[in-house]
Amino acid sequence: MSSFPELTVLAATPLVGAVVVLLLPRRGRSVVKPMALGISVLTLALAGVVAARYEPGAGFQFSEEHDWISVFGAHYALGVDGIGLTLILLTTLLTPVVMLASWHDGEGGRWSVNTFFAWMLGLEGLAVGVFAATDVFLFYVLFEATLIPIYFLIGGYGGSQRSYAAVKFLLYSLLGGLLMLASVVGLYVVSARVGEPTYLLSELREIPISESTGRWLFLGFFIAFAIKAPMWPVHTWLPDAASEATPGTSVLLVSVLDKIGTFGMIRFCLQLFPEASQWASPVVIALAVFSVIYGALLAVGQNDIRRLIAYTSVSHFGFIVMGIFAFTTTSASGSTLYMFNHGISTAALFLVTGFLVSRHGSKMISDYGGVQKIAPVLAGLFLLAGLSSLSLPGLSTFVSEFLVLAGTFTHSVPAAVVATLGIVLAALYILLMYQRTMTGPLRPDNAGIRDLNLREVGALAPLAVLILALGFFPRPLLDVIEPTVSETLVYVGVTDPEPDVPVSALDEEAP
Amino acid sequence: MTLPMQPEFTSPVIEYSRLYPLLIVFGVAAVGVLVEAFLPRDRRYLVQVVLAVLGLGGALAGTILVAADLDVAAGDLTARGLVAAEGAVSIDGPTVFIWGVLLALSILSVLLFAERRLEGGITAFAGQAAALPGTEAERQASTRGIEHTEIFPLAMFAVGGMMLFPAANDLLTMFVALEVLSLPLYLLCGLARRRRLISQEAAVKYFLLGAFSSAFFLYGIALVYGYAGTFTLAGIDRAVTDRVGGQNLLLAGMGLMAVGLLFKVSAAPFHAWTPDVYQGAPTAVTAFMASCTKIAAFGALLRVFFVGFGGAQWDWRPMMWIVAIITMVVGSVVALTQTDIKRMLAYSSIAHAGFLLVGFAGVFEGSSGYTGITSLQSILFYLTAYGFATVGAFAIVTMVRDAGGEATHLSRWAGLGKRSPLLAGVFAFFLLAFAGIPMTSGFIGKWSVFSAAWSGGAWPLVVVAVVMSVVAAFFYVRVIVLMFFSDPVGEGPTVAVPSALTGIAVAVTVAATVVLGVVPGPVLDLAQEAGSFVR
Repeated sequence: MSSFPELTVLAATPLVGAVVVLLLPRRGRSVVKPMALGISVLTLALAGVVAARYEPGAGFQFSEEHDWISVFGAHYALGVDGIGLTLILLTTLLTPVVMLASWHDGEGGRWSVNTFFAWMLGLEGLAVGVFAATDVFLFYVLFEATLIPIYFLIGGYGGSQRSYAAVKFLLYSLLGGLLMLASVVGLYVVSARVGEPTYLLSELREIPISESTGRWLFLGFFIAFAIKAPMWPVHTWLPDAASEATPGTSVLLVSVLDKIGTFGMIRFCLQLFPEASQWASPVVIALAVFSVIYGALLAVGQNDIRRLIAYTSVSHFGFIVMGIFAFTTTSASGSTLYMFNHGISTAALFLVTGFLVSRHGSKMISDYGGVQKIAPVLAGLFLLAGLSSLSLPGLSTFVSEFLVLAGTFTHSVPAAVVATLGIVLAALYILLMYQRTMTGPLRPDNAGIRDLNLREVGALAPLAVLILALGFFPRPLLDVIEPTVSETLVYVGVTDPEPDVPVSALDEEAP
Repeated sequence: MTLPMQPEFTSPVIEYSRLYPLLIVFGVAAVGVLVEAFLPRDRRYLVQVVLAVLGLGGALAGTILVAADLDVAAGDLTARGLVAAEGAVSIDGPTVFIWGVLLALSILSVLLFAERRLEGGITAFAGQAAALPGTEAERQASTRGIEHTEIFPLAMFAVGGMMLFPAANDLLTMFVALEVLSLPLYLLCGLARRRRLISQEAAVKYFLLGAFSSAFFLYGIALVYGYAGTFTLAGIDRAVTDRVGGQNLLLAGMGLMAVGLLFKVSAAPFHAWTPDVYQGAPTAVTAFMASCTKIAAFGALLRVFFVGFGGAQWDWRPMMWIVAIITMVVGSVVALTQTDIKRMLAYSSIAHAGFLLVGFAGVFEGSSGYTGITSLQSILFYLTAYGFATVGAFAIVTMVRDAGGEATHLSRWAGLGKRSPLLAGVFAFFLLAFAGIPMTSGFIGKWSVFSAAWSGGAWPLVVVAVVMSVVAAFFYVRVIVLMFFSDPVGEGPTVAVPSALTGIAVAVTVAATVVLGVVPGPVLDLAQEAGSFVR
């Protein structure tokens, strides 16, 4: 246990920043935005320090633990492992990017610009807390608390149907959250029966849970995470929310918050209920494969750019869930890496199309044509983000998607084969969208579209660099992720299947 | 010739050192009546308010002192306290906890009663209750600026009854306490300055149904006496545990008593009065009733069923399961259709009664070394959380006004977030607390009753409760959406700036809701230290 509370500081910085931004005078807009951006960059720097000092494979680090509500056995306990660290990096990286990209998005909203940036900072702080929590109760509290900022971000700053979308999102999330609450309560009862009630992940893992209880509790957690992720058939809130919110909010929602779902599966479902996870795995994989195909098919049919991206995410989350529940080190590491890569590539896609939409005012693909002639930089970055989304080799998502499929192949051949179709469909929906909007003759009413300005390029540049860099050299992240994933799989009690042709046999055959 | 032997007279022992908080409240109430009789009209208001606040504050201080030196009860590992006043009243951990919460909430309610700025320098109570609505006499009373200051002694009597009700250790005392707490409330309900007809209608409804339920309660007491041959809870417990005599008498008596008690906590199907009365009563009275009556009634319900009928819990548990489910469903579902904010809060209070009953129906008392949460502890905490949020929410309702007084129709609340972000924000916070969103007191409350119920094996009830929480969350969120995401229709209501009295009440309730949500430990520990009931 380290003496300096790094993670608390990391989570508290944006939260305190949110209050500061809220208290700044409403008229001094010139101060508000740089201030908010500065705070988020500072948070990123802090996260960088934590990442630099992290030692891969040494379990939970930077742990803090204090009693919070002793009657419940709840603790204020934080700590990061490889998976948590990856997602914290993603969160802290995307927040400044989103802020830079959403520089003017807070102005047409229901409330002030201050409020817009304060909610964003608040969301960042809570999300960091979620990814760092090692106490189930604390995790649950923060998990639910993230709903409030994102609810106001969707409902306050976005399209005409934003209020409907915000309520739909909130009700779905509350339903999931309360089902999880039932399971959280159940965990308390299970631990109180054994002795002192506790919510510490490390202690709960050691408590034997009977088969049927474990399965029920697993379901409570899993449904909540499936709604969050989102998986078919509980995904219907996502297209509405992503389409109505501002592009920046959509990024925070899809790239950061939805990761809590898949993160929760790997952290809590697998570690607390190993038996139930194995029991559910066939159904979960089937649902995941269905999500892959279903999301991709619906994406092909969309005319609304944002809804299209939302459906691509349903498809991608299908891959992530499939990788997690295939229980191989390769697939689960791939899934975790996928969470990060999907985060940056979807962020790039949402933001670049957001820039496009803000120039012309329409979200419909059919309203665009030939834009690349007058806005080559925009078109180029759009293409890069799109290619990353369809997992072109050499771009970051390819590595993770390949790992997921390769790992799943050893677990279930049919699942892997069907899911591979999703890649084909991905090429279809991305390239069709690009072709319709960017290529061909320039539509007359598109003539006024300007190319990206310096701020917008600046916001997208870090994402583009990462997409390329991690495509060629994913090693640093994988080194962080892999040991944690294998450790998790030990809890599930599965080992990677033996290869049909042992390595030694290959050696003998070699001349 | 010798006289027959006279039995030696022993004077009853009254433990004044334990009972004085109760006596302070009744004493101050009596003094308040004298003030009405002897002071000139224009001086009464100030004297009454000061008297009431000091009386309640004194009783609260006394309660803390009494709580501090409660001894461990003889022959019991988990209970602290004693049976006082010749077996009529038990001063134990749960009693003093309930007293403390009741008194704190009563002080806040009295502050709301005393609010004068919102109505333009006069209280929100009828100037002359005897004057018929719409008559010359009423107009005269109104122009002369007359106000009823009797509301303060009435409230004090009600508080006294509420304190005695959950502390009563025999059924007759309990019945007397029930009447002492109810009668002043019937009167207070009918005293609204505005919309007097609906207020009087509420009073009559409350009185008729209340009298009816009291009759049920009394009939139940009679039958239980017939079964056990005693009024004391300990005696009933012995009879129930030994299963003497015919069970039918016991079951019928238990059922009838439950009707009376469930009426007071506004559990379905005995809830019909709640929306009408909450809507018609002056809002300050609604705040007082919704929080304090529920606390007192739950205290009594717990004492009767855990102490008196504890031995028959397998007989009454199924009934309580059903009542809890019906109450949650009726409260949450019917609230969806409400268009009046006070009626909506009334149905929300019914739904909360259902959630509380979930904890109650779990009947989990733990063993002596158990460190987790028990039914009693969880309900005490929930009542505290719910009470503060309720008083706060109704205090906010008094501030949203238009020309006709309070603007309680939901459509009038549209766009309030634009007009007054602070007020709408605070109200939204209370609604989130009712909905049980983490970081608010409501979440911890829900969590504790659910845990206690599950620990007692009532997990199906917990699942129903969770689903109903989602339904309930929907109508709370609907109001938040209305306040923040809709535009005001027409003129829209104004947000009146209240005096410091209401301001203090709102500030305290907000602070309590935050603190109970973020660091609930101390209050939970207090509730745990309360231990169980003495027998």
